[in-house]
Amino acid sequence: MEEQKFVSLHRLSPGTHGIVRRLQGGKEFASRLVAMGLSIGSEFEILQNRGSGPVIVLVRDTRIALGRSEALKIVVEELERERRETE
Amino acid sequence: MSDAKQNSSKGSSATDLERHEQTIVVGLAGQPNVGKSTIFNLTTGLSQHVGNWPGKTVERKEGMLVHQDIKLRLVDLPGTYSLTANSEEERITRDFILHERPDVIVMIADASALERNLYLLAELLVLPVPVVLGLNMMDVAEAQGIHIEPHVLEAALGLPVITLVAARNQGVSELIAAAERLAREPAGFKPTRPKIAEPHREVLAQVRTLLGQYVPAPYREDWVALKLLEGDMEITEKARSWLPDADWSSVAALLKEHEDAVLDIASGRYEWIARMVRAAVIHPRLGQISVTDRLDRFAVHPFWGLLLLLAMFGLVFWLTFTVATPIQHWLDVYVIERLQGLLASGLTEAPSWLADLLVNGVLGGVGIVVTFVPILAVFFTALALLEDTGYLARAAYVMDRFMHFLGLHGKSFLPLFLGFGCNVPAIMGARVIGSQSGRLLTILLAPLVPCSARLLILALLTPVFFGNQALMVSWGLVSLNILVLAIVGITLNHTVFRGQHAAFIMEMPLYHLPNLRSIGHFVWNNIWSFLRKAGTIILLVSVVVWALSNFPGSDIEQSYLARFGQSLTPIGQLMGMDWRLIVALLSSFIAKENAIATLGILYGAGEEGRGLAETMAAVVSPATALSFLAVTMLFIPCAATVAVMYKETRSWRWTLFDVTLLLVIALTVGVIIYQAAHWLGIGVSGA
Repeated sequence: MEEQKFVSLHRLSPGTHGIVRRLQGGKEFASRLVAMGLSIGSEFEILQNRGSGPVIVLVRDTRIALGRSEALKIVVEELERERRETE
Repeated sequence: MSDAKQNSSKGSSATDLERHEQTIVVGLAGQPNVGKSTIFNLTTGLSQHVGNWPGKTVERKEGMLVHQDIKLRLVDLPGTYSLTANSEEERITRDFILHERPDVIVMIADASALERNLYLLAELLVLPVPVVLGLNMMDVAEAQGIHIEPHVLEAALGLPVITLVAARNQGVSELIAAAERLAREPAGFKPTRPKIAEPHREVLAQVRTLLGQYVPAPYREDWVALKLLEGDMEITEKARSWLPDADWSSVAALLKEHEDAVLDIASGRYEWIARMVRAAVIHPRLGQISVTDRLDRFAVHPFWGLLLLLAMFGLVFWLTFTVATPIQHWLDVYVIERLQGLLASGLTEAPSWLADLLVNGVLGGVGIVVTFVPILAVFFTALALLEDTGYLARAAYVMDRFMHFLGLHGKSFLPLFLGFGCNVPAIMGARVIGSQSGRLLTILLAPLVPCSARLLILALLTPVFFGNQALMVSWGLVSLNILVLAIVGITLNHTVFRGQHAAFIMEMPLYHLPNLRSIGHFVWNNIWSFLRKAGTIILLVSVVVWALSNFPGSDIEQSYLARFGQSLTPIGQLMGMDWRLIVALLSSFIAKENAIATLGILYGAGEEGRGLAETMAAVVSPATALSFLAVTMLFIPCAATVAVMYKETRSWRWTLFDVTLLLVIALTVGVIIYQAAHWLGIGVSGA
């Protein structure tokens, strides 16, 4: 059940909020991301994602550009939809 | 340390020496884009000394300042997000703290993104050094509705917290005063240190016990244990060498069992940060659209962003040609040539070879070095402006998708583009690329970008041989260079650099007004570093080539250079070139534009009353001309570029690899072009 809500970060469209759940791609990659603020459990917003090319996320007041193949390795839970449903 | 000696020896009296004997060493740390260099420049001013970290390609900047009669030596540490050895910068910062034992660390944080910034603090606090926290960009934070109570934060962290607006020189002297105070009384430093999360506390203790007495100073068991759990490669290697095999295998087994610890440790640090800032920071979610987001709608747009990028670089080139090129010409004609004239008339008594050596060999070399300066000044100013305003990150973002084809990412675009002006700043500019392999690949590819000197050769020679079709031929040859660059990039990426995919992760800083002082320092430091590093090599090469073209006789046609060129005629014939064209190619090694001057000497000598253009058009066939131009465009880089390439890679192996690669490519393309033309029967009749 839980797992079904988890998607890769690159699938989210601009304006959606989410929470980082898993970081794939090795320790070095993960430790670079967490040092910039994208740690497990952090909430973020997608600022730019055009369906191809890199994406921009806003996390802990920081805008981070991620290559598409990097975004692919970040497993997240989408938040906004849930909020909208409760409204 | 040598600086301290140097400065104290300048003191006039013994009391001065005594008073300055104790120099406080301050390490200036911080994440990237926090205004650290602004603070460094403000406090150290002209006392700066720029070098390299021993054995590293990263710059080391130091400066002295005096605060209330106490001397402080400020060391600007590279900007790093954390202290896990992912990059050279991170290793430098922590090695500096562990091995050079500074008296105090001043950590600068961006107040508008405080939580992320404090991650570095969480790492610094587990190292044995007192820390002062400077909160910079308080004005930016306020503008975003973020309110910070420094005293509350100070109480929570248990260390001095100073608020700053470095761009307006606010709070900087208070920061230095706090650092100096803490350095003098380090015993009172009792900060709140982050603790490892509960699930891993036990394993941390176990690893620490296993490490036991094996950890040598200055390392400490608890820090080593923490880094081992974080999977730090450098520390893992070290611990493996410190421990007996049996103990190491127990440690390795424990680490394998807790492989997930790295993420928990990071989350634990952020939980600690959240506790620290809870009472001190009011951070409303305003939901307003910031200036940065508004500008980014255009700047990172796939179409408008690309257009903006082209406009920006158009502007840089326009500036180069309207500002730098005339100054370069002026320097050449009014300074260098006049000096050469003066020197020549002063040396009429001396043997002619000596006069010629000094006038043409030495001063000619100096001239080449000096005339690089205006172009470098324009390019580095543009680079600093784009970087300082925050635009550079957007340019990298826009270009990322295209650079992936070459096995590079967005950050490599800028240095390569600078190459159109001059390959030297392109190679130096590759420093902006985070990963070692990405930087190296960018440096290796940079000489394939046709620089302005080669574009000048095209502009001068294509009309001579191709008349109306000159523009088309020029575009074709420039495109050929780009095509070869792409092919070499893709090939190297799949062979030499295979599996070294550099992750594109980059902070997009907020836009802000540039700091002119920082830009001035940046431009000066880079030009000075070029003069210092490349200058001597260029001078040396210039003198050697002068000697080769002047001995044994004074006539270039009988010189060693000409003989060497003649010995290469078998290769030249494959490309349709006679020895004169080969010598012109060889002479372009000092500086690309030399090819024109050499052609002038070799073809102008015998043919009285005819200009170089007419003579060459009559003697050289279009097929030969095309192959000559293509080879010139792709040929080994000039001496300045080679010198800088070596200085930046610190490896003759890579430098020679690239030079050889370019030589082989250039000759192959030359042969193919000429033979294809010959086979098709095009343009060979003129020969």
